[in-house]
Amino acid sequence: MTHTVPSNPAQHPLFRKIEQSRRKRREVRDTTITLAHGSGGRAMRDLIDDVFVNRFANSSLMPLEDQARFDLTQLAAQGDRLAFTTDSYVVDPIVFPGSDIGALAVNGTVNDLAVGGATPLYITCSMILEEGLPIATLRQVVESMALAAEAAGVQIVTGDTKVVQRGSADKLFINTAGIGVIRSGVNPSAQQIQPGDVILTNGTIGDHGTAILMARGELALDTPIESDCQPLNGLVDAILNVCPQVRSMRDATRGGLATVLSEFAQASSVGIRLQESEIPVREEVVGMCELLGLDPLYLANEGKLVVVVPPADAEVVLAAMQSHPAGVDSRIIGEAIDSPAGVVLLKTAFGAERVVDMLVGDQLPRIC
Amino acid sequence: MKYVDEYRNPQSAQILLHEIEQITDRLMQHRTKPIKLMEVCGGHTHSIFKYGLENLLPSGIELVHGPGCPVCIMPKGRLDEAIALAQNPNVIFTTFGDAMRVPGSKLSLLQAKAEGADIRMVYSPLDAIPIARANPDREVVFFAIGFETTAPSTALTVLQAESEGLKNFSLFCNHVLVVPALEALLSNPDLELEGFVGPGHVSMVIGSDPYQVISERYRKPVVVAGFEPIDILQSIWMLLQQLESGRCEVENQYRRLVMPSGNVTALDAMRRVFEVREVFEWRGLGDITQSGLRMRSTYADYDAEVKFAIAKQTVADHKACQCGEILKGVLKPWQCKVFGTACTPENPIGACMVSSEGACAAYYKYGRLSLTMPQFKQSKQSKQSDSPTAAQAKEKAMVSRSGNALE
Repeated sequence: MTHTVPSNPAQHPLFRKIEQSRRKRREVRDTTITLAHGSGGRAMRDLIDDVFVNRFANSSLMPLEDQARFDLTQLAAQGDRLAFTTDSYVVDPIVFPGSDIGALAVNGTVNDLAVGGATPLYITCSMILEEGLPIATLRQVVESMALAAEAAGVQIVTGDTKVVQRGSADKLFINTAGIGVIRSGVNPSAQQIQPGDVILTNGTIGDHGTAILMARGELALDTPIESDCQPLNGLVDAILNVCPQVRSMRDATRGGLATVLSEFAQASSVGIRLQESEIPVREEVVGMCELLGLDPLYLANEGKLVVVVPPADAEVVLAAMQSHPAGVDSRIIGEAIDSPAGVVLLKTAFGAERVVDMLVGDQLPRIC
Repeated sequence: MKYVDEYRNPQSAQILLHEIEQITDRLMQHRTKPIKLMEVCGGHTHSIFKYGLENLLPSGIELVHGPGCPVCIMPKGRLDEAIALAQNPNVIFTTFGDAMRVPGSKLSLLQAKAEGADIRMVYSPLDAIPIARANPDREVVFFAIGFETTAPSTALTVLQAESEGLKNFSLFCNHVLVVPALEALLSNPDLELEGFVGPGHVSMVIGSDPYQVISERYRKPVVVAGFEPIDILQSIWMLLQQLESGRCEVENQYRRLVMPSGNVTALDAMRRVFEVREVFEWRGLGDITQSGLRMRSTYADYDAEVKFAIAKQTVADHKACQCGEILKGVLKPWQCKVFGTACTPENPIGACMVSSEGACAAYYKYGRLSLTMPQFKQSKQSKQSDSPTAAQAKEKAMVSRSGNALE
């Protein structure tokens, strides 16, 4: 039997079959991340297609160019300035009660944009993966990112994947950057707080920091505390709708409420007086802090913001916050004062006042 | 927070503060200098500042913050030894968190960790045991510091290691004893103390009886106190009552946890594992006889000092640092030449600036207000606006009758 060899090998049926197969999107068959997934070759392409692109699918991402492209006219219609931010997430453990590193990475960037008065629109996703990471864990984190993006109304439009040798990273690190548009007339800034301004927060503080401490399993304690990880852009919208002239907003993440307020006091050269009895803290968080000698004012939050508004707007802002699901436990917790400038004071339940200083390094548990 | 809120009740605090003011007013009619009371324990110092109690007390009372912070009194030489141990590549060094930032001669443990030493923070000495189990080819050393409060748990850890037959676990023992330290303070002619708020946690272990020597030999009243704000205010009130009536006794405000003869099980564990050193160096206070613990020779296999042949070395404190005078209560933290300028929690020169239980760090972190505004004391104001109601007076009577209404 003789074969007919086509004059052009590309016309050979086998060649075409191979090419069809080569162009087909494939699923990742490995169960763990290997260095090949960061090589730039086929394994990496499959990982990106299967794990990221499928789940984040949107019109800006799908062309898979080296950059996402935006229509300036559409952006300009939503406001008059862009806000741009980036943050990296290196939390341990990567899954913890109430959330995981994926939702954290999306909500963190959404919140960094929102507290600048911006409507968050687009987010990037850059992953550093440790060799040996189970692909199932990565899928779980990506699923969580996709759900968080949907909940916050943002799109994940471009990204990057790197794989490092086992031991060079802790499972996975995520960097996200985000772009949002700031509506006209809104310009919250830590520098414009004035004496008399009122300070509000949207609920119990220290939940995230406690959840992470508990999840590390070093304490042999069973405390049913979940992270407060949530997007705040909806709540910020509710605030801006009634008070576009809001003086300042910040999400109280690492360093907690105390650090944000210290930054406010120093940036605006005002004093800040907090009412200890008005600062909401869960009993479980208080108990854990008692045991370890920690202060809830410095514990991290991932769904809490601090808002400073002119005194005349305080009540209407409080009502707007309390009517939003992310702010039902909102409270007025203090006020700006003219002296001592740059210092945060806490009025204790006994009527005494003490300084609330900025944290030095990490909070370290006391011996006794 | 059940069983704790009662000890943080502002109304109870007002009643006690009113009572404290009344006694202080009476005492001050016959004196020119304020009444100096020392809270021995760093935990008390922390609570006093956290709740702002110092600002609520009448100006006739001056609180002196004593040497009861285990981190603050750790001498530089011992810290250097600890850091050298931690830098041994065969060692996994385990420690409580607040020892991490204390400056040695050149480094802190935190800096040594950043330079590559395998230092792991634990919440209990027992946490070092599973680390030793999981790393049989390396020596796991626990940096045992603290007063009688923490000594029983480190003793139990040694007993646990022994029962498991662990060969790669040892203690670097730096435990210290509270009563010899108080005696050393009382022997200082500069000291003008008139009473002691006794350390509650230490007393849970040793009981209240060992303080008899303070009341009998040195004629100073002691009230063993808990750590909640009401505990502290009540113990101050009890001390003032003793001063007014000319008594000089050991009283126990913390009866809900402290027995006169202490905790027999804890003391047994300590006695099995430890013996008293002839002398131990305290940062700022120098050598104090019979004031520290070392491991008995029967536990030499678990003694890092033996295993690593650690010799005593003395390293002088920084010349500008006046921690010693502050620990003795002779100087207030802000009277130190470097307080808040060269010496801050970010860059501590002295150990008192490291831990939140240290007098300097407490003043810096919580109490700067009372430094900048001496008139800040609010006692007169509260006296006018918060005089007790009939209901409060009834509660006050209850406090007076029982000695501790909250038990």
